[in-house]
Amino acid sequence: MDEKDLLILQILEDNSRLSRDEMALMAELEPDEIETRIAALEEGGVIRNYTAVIDWDKAGNGEVAAIIDLKVNPERDYGYDRIADRLSRFRQVKSLRLVTGVYDLQLMVTGRNMQEIARFVSEYIAPMDRIRETATHIIMRTYKEYGHSFMDRETKERIPYSL
Amino acid sequence: MKDFISKRAKTIPPSGIRKFFDLALTMEEVISLGVGEPDFCTPWNICEASIYSIEQGGTAYTSNRGLQPLREAISDSLGKNYGLSYNPDREMIITTGVSEGLDIAVRAVVDPGDEVLVAEPCYVSYSPCVTLAGGIPVPVPCSGKDHFRLNPDVLMERITARSKVLIINFPNNPTGAVMRREHLKAIADIVTDHDLLLISDEVYSELTYESRHTAAATVGDLRERTITLNGFSKAYAMTGWRIGYLCAPEDICNAALKIHQYVMLCAPVMGQVAALEGIRKGEDEKDRMVREYRVRRNVFVDSLNRIGLSCHLPEGAFYAFPSVEKTGMNDVEFAETLLKEEHVAVVPGSVFGEGGKNHVRCAYAVSRKELKEAIVRMERFISSHRG
Repeated sequence: MDEKDLLILQILEDNSRLSRDEMALMAELEPDEIETRIAALEEGGVIRNYTAVIDWDKAGNGEVAAIIDLKVNPERDYGYDRIADRLSRFRQVKSLRLVTGVYDLQLMVTGRNMQEIARFVSEYIAPMDRIRETATHIIMRTYKEYGHSFMDRETKERIPYSL
Repeated sequence: MKDFISKRAKTIPPSGIRKFFDLALTMEEVISLGVGEPDFCTPWNICEASIYSIEQGGTAYTSNRGLQPLREAISDSLGKNYGLSYNPDREMIITTGVSEGLDIAVRAVVDPGDEVLVAEPCYVSYSPCVTLAGGIPVPVPCSGKDHFRLNPDVLMERITARSKVLIINFPNNPTGAVMRREHLKAIADIVTDHDLLLISDEVYSELTYESRHTAAATVGDLRERTITLNGFSKAYAMTGWRIGYLCAPEDICNAALKIHQYVMLCAPVMGQVAALEGIRKGEDEKDRMVREYRVRRNVFVDSLNRIGLSCHLPEGAFYAFPSVEKTGMNDVEFAETLLKEEHVAVVPGSVFGEGGKNHVRCAYAVSRKELKEAIVRMERFISSHRG
């Protein structure tokens, strides 16, 4: 991993749909080298996937999302890893992190409605061994995601010319 | 009624882009590559610092020179980044943008009849400021074959017994040209040999892409005969805050300070507070912006050359300065027709002086998406006029 790899990652994170020629110009590399480097980054698991940042409220699919905090008793030899592995296998779990603070794991879960999320938590998450406590926060509105603001700000008027 | 307008005010030309400006305002969906400012908003931490300071009652005059901590921070940063050493209490003034810095610098050193050499193409205020101070602006053209650097031989040709000052601006608006140390060395020798004073506008110093900026005052013996101008507008996306600074040896600085205290009193305090936050904590944001400009420059300049507008690779600022000669139009026709037909705004190079003729200034301080669309439109424009 060198400076150019980091630059490629930054370019991709901003917009993963650029052609390799465009990326080559941006990163000041040959198109072939862009391809090799991206392949290596994919191979090495640095690049996990190419997705889109979607404002689901605007898309209006009616789904709801919740952040769920969990207090977990870690396991001897494995710490939080095995329980994290089990949790991450649920399709409903969109993200899962180990965090510092009062709680240990933080999940993001989506569902068709609040009842569905509540059911998922009470039926599958809460009863798991080693989980001591859950706190569910329904997401009411997303203002910013992955560095992209969802607020429809009025674009500022820019004068057409200045010297 | 008498004609009240002064002869000096009559002498200075009106802005060369007024009619373009008015025309563009009547149009829809104009992509403007005509704006000499970053398209980024001021980093939010800088805005927050200023807002907080206003809430705390920070709304009064500052000292004429400007806030002490800001001058100290600038002095440190100039030392660290460029090896410049200016005493913050005796050799520095915070100005209301570099525009004011240029004006008071010129007025502090120019007497009526003095000739002021102005390296062109350049920002539009240099010659009018000289005229308003009673001096005589003498253009020194920089040409495309020198990558728009100042050619020492051309400079020599323009020097007379009445020459007193040379004004340069690198990285350059409108060409993006950069003078590295080796290029400045030859100029420094001429300036010293002919006992000239140098005014160096370095407002784009943070925006260089191939090499670190060389401050003119660090070359040869130039420090004792250089006024260094710089500011926050371009590097920190703070154009509207109007904060610049002037650095010069103490006697010259004191002369400029007298003018500053009468015409400006002090730079706006809100802007000074914002600038202080910028210089203390703005490095990361600044670096991010510079990276983005570099990426845009690469793509944009490559595209210009591809569609037939030959353009040298600008090493600094955020301007590309392609030649429009091959289109058979001059720069004014090109800019006007392009605006009318494709709603893309660029600035005719002749606005920036003779040396800019047959070129147009395109600021790539717009989003990549807009840059891409601008290229599509310009390509269509060029092929429809191929004759």
